[in-house]
Amino acid sequence: MLATFGLLLVCQLVGEVIVRGVGLTIPGPVIGLTLLLVVLWLRPAVAETLRPTVTVILANLSLLFVPAGVGVIGNLEVLSEGWVALLVVLVVSTLLAMLASVGTFIAVRRLTGGRST
Amino acid sequence: MSGVAELWSYLSTSPLLWLTATVLAYLAADALARRVDNHPLANPVILSVLMVAPVLWLTGTEYASYFEGAQFIHFLLGPATIALALPLWDNRDTIRRSVAPILLALVAGSVTAAGSAILLARAFGLPTEVILSLAPKSTTAPVALGVSEAIGGLPALTAVLVILTGIIGAVIVTPLMGLLRIEDWRARGFSVGVASHGIGTARAFQVNPTAGAYAGIAMALNALLTSMIVPVLVRWLL
Repeated sequence: MLATFGLLLVCQLVGEVIVRGVGLTIPGPVIGLTLLLVVLWLRPAVAETLRPTVTVILANLSLLFVPAGVGVIGNLEVLSEGWVALLVVLVVSTLLAMLASVGTFIAVRRLTGGRST
Repeated sequence: MSGVAELWSYLSTSPLLWLTATVLAYLAADALARRVDNHPLANPVILSVLMVAPVLWLTGTEYASYFEGAQFIHFLLGPATIALALPLWDNRDTIRRSVAPILLALVAGSVTAAGSAILLARAFGLPTEVILSLAPKSTTAPVALGVSEAIGGLPALTAVLVILTGIIGAVIVTPLMGLLRIEDWRARGFSVGVASHGIGTARAFQVNPTAGAYAGIAMALNALLTSMIVPVLVRWLL
């Protein structure tokens, strides 16, 4: 568990240093994710060291959004009088984005002859 | 009575209380969600927030003092994003075979997410500042806040809209895909990751590991694409 945390933190740290050093607009953890992929590519055995802890983290991702979610409740007044319109926009736009993405994925997969599972 | 007051003054100034409350609320929310077979409406983020928020309100606790405890959990979002490398690695062979669907579904989903939000908000006559805050709503919070600030939106409003978008996507994805009879976990996971970032990804992992892996790819790629296309879309559509 500690080895996994150590590696995740090192990847994040290097990611943040790169982002700030080069002045990128991408978040540090996305660079860190890429770095960890490179580590796995160089040392495939690391996957089994990471697996127990990473499985627990990813199965409980929702927990990590609770502090931000609580912040939303206390900050709902920023939506002000346009909140009904905003909610409608959010729901419709999220629905459209999912439809566009899932439709494209399936259509392109069929065109390129990919398997369904 | 002074004993209680002393205890409260200790607890309310130490991170321990709100850290514990957040973890316990989540454990209760997760247990509840499992009891109803992870029904889409029993979203663990919503349930936990509904448990914690009233306690803060009743005890008159400011968000800032709550966050002093909760920040330790919030911080883990960074390491958790990096941890997504493992499911990507596990699925590397199928991902390599679906590069074309992945890239095209990414562009379609990302452009629709931002473009439809801008056009709909304009149709409703919302102020420009609000539209700019809304445009990056489907990407992960740090990117969305950066984009919002860069194009002249209000980061505080964007933060709220990003979380709400995540929750909306996490709640509607399962019924939507069921209705459309889409059984490909890759396509299902990918679309919720594009539209609803990490909260959608959390939902995907709750339902199926392959869906989770594809949601993770979608979220990471959309973080890159949104920061490039939203400034352009805003110029075209506003």
